Amino acid sequence: MKKGVMRPGHVQIRVLDMDEAVKHYTDLLGMIETDRDDQGRVYLKAWTEVDKFSVVLVEVDEPGCDFMGFKVVDEAALNQLEKDLVDYGVGVEQIPAEELKDCGRRVRFTVPSGHAFELYADKKYTGKWGVSSVNPEAWPRGLQGMKAVRFDHCLFYGPELAAVYDIFVNVLGFHLAEQVLDPEGTRVAQFLTVSMKEHDVAFIHHEEKGKFHHASFYLDTWEAVLRAADLISMTDTSIDIGPTRHGLTHGQTIYFFDPSGNRNEVFCGGDYFYPDHKPVTWKTEELGKAIFYHDRALNERFMTVLT
Amino acid sequence: MAVFQVVNRTTGDHFTCQEGQSVLKAMEQRDLKCVPVGCRGGGCGFCKIQVLEGHFECGKMSKRHAPPEAVEKGEVLACRIYPLTDLIIECVPLPEAAPAKQTTKNR
Repeated sequence: MKKGVMRPGHVQIRVLDMDEAVKHYTDLLGMIETDRDDQGRVYLKAWTEVDKFSVVLVEVDEPGCDFMGFKVVDEAALNQLEKDLVDYGVGVEQIPAEELKDCGRRVRFTVPSGHAFELYADKKYTGKWGVSSVNPEAWPRGLQGMKAVRFDHCLFYGPELAAVYDIFVNVLGFHLAEQVLDPEGTRVAQFLTVSMKEHDVAFIHHEEKGKFHHASFYLDTWEAVLRAADLISMTDTSIDIGPTRHGLTHGQTIYFFDPSGNRNEVFCGGDYFYPDHKPVTWKTEELGKAIFYHDRALNERFMTVLT
Repeated sequence: MAVFQVVNRTTGDHFTCQEGQSVLKAMEQRDLKCVPVGCRGGGCGFCKIQVLEGHFECGKMSKRHAPPEAVEKGEVLACRIYPLTDLIIECVPLPEAAPAKQTTKNR
């Protein structure tokens, strides 16, 4: 957080059918619908999140991810980061306050992998859902499905990882927590953090620009991940792989798809990061184990199915 | 409930598909692998097929992988088509896979 970028704040996900998508993200993932806007977008949050929304769904005819937003500590930091991006040669676009309801101005930029990101300082503080901020109970009643705790991170697929690294690490103050190196020493995957989390955003090399691998949501326990697996079967939801453990980050995980084919993850556990930690390296020769620690073999769908 | 026969001319596989069931789901239920399975949601384009004969209904599909002009010619995603008659289909070559694929071998 050395440059003032604090945490993942939101992701706008494109869906083919809004009703099916809302049902998936609320009934199955357990997010809470908090608003809709005149563009037909639906705003959702997970129950422990203090701001009004973290996932925005928009109905269009091609699924994928429009952008991921990071919250910064204050307006001064936003101004400085905006200047730093411009000085570094990154084009920025101004998105006015209220373009997303109850969200302040956003500074949008596209990195060389083809993905759009945003920085913002203000969003309406609504507090955790269903619990008081004074003498709070452990959890709220009435949560649905997987009871997602928070929107945690995204994984994107695209080219030019080195240039993306430079922007995130040198301009935005992220740290490299984990990486995958090929035999020539080229970084083909980078897991970046601005916090104590193992990753706040990750990239894997892919020739085509701007592809979306998944949006991930945090759960408390392995038991909750297994329960998520039960719910995926009960609802006949399209599964990708899991429950299993990753080598990378060591998180315990399951992957599945929303009704438009966007991949979701729910996970628990995983390593932690402090700024004095050196990056953890996996080699592509062990990529199977890096991705799926138990099977130690890749599932082709996981590596190639993208929106 | 009507049951339709789906024949994959590329692989020679054939399977039955119930009314209202997607071609991909019917194939998966019979443990066949004659069409690649991706997201099952019309989003990724992995299960693209060419319908050579027969009629079907379409669910929503990504415009990138099934643009209207292709759908018109029967180039559709197997996860999002629901037969109205028996179908004859063939496989369509997959889009280029990710480069990471070359490193999937594990000792």
